[in-house]
Amino acid sequence: MTYACESIADMAEPLLEIRGLTVRYGSRLAVWNVDLALRPGEVLGLCGESGAGKSTVGRAVVRLLPDSARVVAGAVRFKGRDLLAVTEAEMRALRGADLALIPQDPLSALNPAFRVGLQATDALRLHRGLSRRDAEVQMARLLGRMGIPGPAELLLRYPHELSGGMRQRVLIAMAFSCEPSLVIADEPTTALDVTTQAQILRILEGLRAERGVASLFVTHDLGVVAHVAHTVAIVYAGCLVEVAPTVALFGSPAHPYTQALLAQVPRADRRAEAEGSLEGWMPVLHEAPRACPFRERCPKRAAACDEAMPDLREIAPGHRVACHLYGQ
Amino acid sequence: MTDRPLLDVQDLQTHYRVGGWLAPVRRIRAVDGVSLTLGRQETLGLVGESGSGKTTFGRTVLRLVEPTAGRILLDGQDVTRLSQAALRPLRRRMQIVFQNPYASLNPRKTVRQILRQPLRTHRVPGDHAALVAGLLQRVGLPAEAARRYPHEFSGGQRQRIAIARALALHPDLVVADEITSGLDVTVKLRVLALLRELQAGFRVAYLFISHDLAVVRQIADRVAVMYLGQIVEEAPTASLFERPLHPYTQILQASVPVPDPTVAWEPPALAGEPPSPIDVPAGCRFHPRCPFAEARCRSEAPLLRELAPGHRVACHLAPAVGPGR
Repeated sequence: MTYACESIADMAEPLLEIRGLTVRYGSRLAVWNVDLALRPGEVLGLCGESGAGKSTVGRAVVRLLPDSARVVAGAVRFKGRDLLAVTEAEMRALRGADLALIPQDPLSALNPAFRVGLQATDALRLHRGLSRRDAEVQMARLLGRMGIPGPAELLLRYPHELSGGMRQRVLIAMAFSCEPSLVIADEPTTALDVTTQAQILRILEGLRAERGVASLFVTHDLGVVAHVAHTVAIVYAGCLVEVAPTVALFGSPAHPYTQALLAQVPRADRRAEAEGSLEGWMPVLHEAPRACPFRERCPKRAAACDEAMPDLREIAPGHRVACHLYGQ
Repeated sequence: MTDRPLLDVQDLQTHYRVGGWLAPVRRIRAVDGVSLTLGRQETLGLVGESGSGKTTFGRTVLRLVEPTAGRILLDGQDVTRLSQAALRPLRRRMQIVFQNPYASLNPRKTVRQILRQPLRTHRVPGDHAALVAGLLQRVGLPAEAARRYPHEFSGGQRQRIAIARALALHPDLVVADEITSGLDVTVKLRVLALLRELQAGFRVAYLFISHDLAVVRQIADRVAVMYLGQIVEEAPTASLFERPLHPYTQILQASVPVPDPTVAWEPPALAGEPPSPIDVPAGCRFHPRCPFAEARCRSEAPLLRELAPGHRVACHLAPAVGPGR
């Protein structure tokens, strides 16, 4: 399952364009000045440690941030419309229809008091105006195509009667039910065992590729992202530090943080010592960074790193990095 | 020195009873006939997915959960039926580090109080302040950490505090239950390196329980794979990863995506749902999901057989089955 080598038409207009996205939780700057673009059919992996701001970016796109969050700057253009500027009613018409979210925790995403069938068909009934019966028939067909045995019976059950993997399959089916052109996947397999994860990713990638759906895939798991994403973006302390085609990011990481991250991942295919271990921890930003947020831990720190926040600069086709090492 | 293993577990069973009142009473066979040994200063990785029984096994070994049947020998002494009072002096020799360092450290106590507690409980003679300072240094924390509270530390540092507490009494055995699971990738390898360093210094053996094969590969000398309460394969680490013999181990290993897009990832399809330890299948417990199952697998439970030095596998068809064979 390696899709990274597929080429995504470079010429295509971006489907989603995030510009200067900045999000605050109170005094804390969770995301600062993030620029990202996704072309139709592209999978963009958004990676970082806990607290780096990766989920906040994903949630900001579908406007499902918690109440304590505030988008203070930026634009999210989806098919030419700024999602941050449209009304809540317009957003509701898009969400679940052309733009869908697969959440991390399938148990809290489903209401325990209602049968799966009623909840799984929400989008079909709301956006397609189908009757409950027609919607359930259509949902059962989709679940069947995903390789789920007895889909009609499954819809009669309650969420707690399903395994975690089965609940996640239901949420994936819900996200794809109205044929969206973009799916935001927020750590969709993090809570699952590895054998289940492998099956879920297989299903997700099958549906996505068959329908040419683009995906913003938020994950902390570099193993997963290496095999599902065309492009990988690395966030650190709310800032985008590197974006590159997957093979380039793993093969020739440019940012010292990305390099350290890749050197630190335990791999099941070999035994390795910790190389270039990272001292200290990720800072929390409260205001726009005036210097590189990684400088305190960076083995290649230079004078320039204390003086200004480096801009994202293109060092190879599609490979951008925010680091003073790469020329002014 | 003797050849006697530090820990010798024989045919251990731990069953839980669930249900009652309105629901029928049923048995969960969390651990169902496990025999394992652990040598001094050895690290045994115990891997398995949710519900495999690996955590229950670790807790039963420490008698935090009562065994249903079987024997647990610690350094030759049978601890299976010892009363909790008789067990108390032995607790110095066996300790545990839990998965979640946010829950396992009391937020109202300073690090000094946390690390002193085991010394006090077991009336360890000597200067406790000096012992605490020594422990902090061994786990790579500054001496001034003693005055601070758990919430002032990162997840990785808290796990270091929990490790220091477990080692305070110089135990022979530490059960490490998913101790790297909540940690970010940038911290995992360093915690593993620390465990290795401490193993040599404290002469301690680890029962390292984890669902993460990549982490287990980094630290274990030997690995045992659990499925539905039983060991399906056990081998020296290199042997298990380079030549897995049980179809379940093969599938488990192939399911882990390596963080390198140039290494092909072809996870095999696994039939059905993870089964429940309430209704265990007859015959080989893996047969309903096994791509190679034959008639015999459905009726006859396979026993562990040694197919290479130290490499045991419970599969009728091994070593004839699997990818590339």
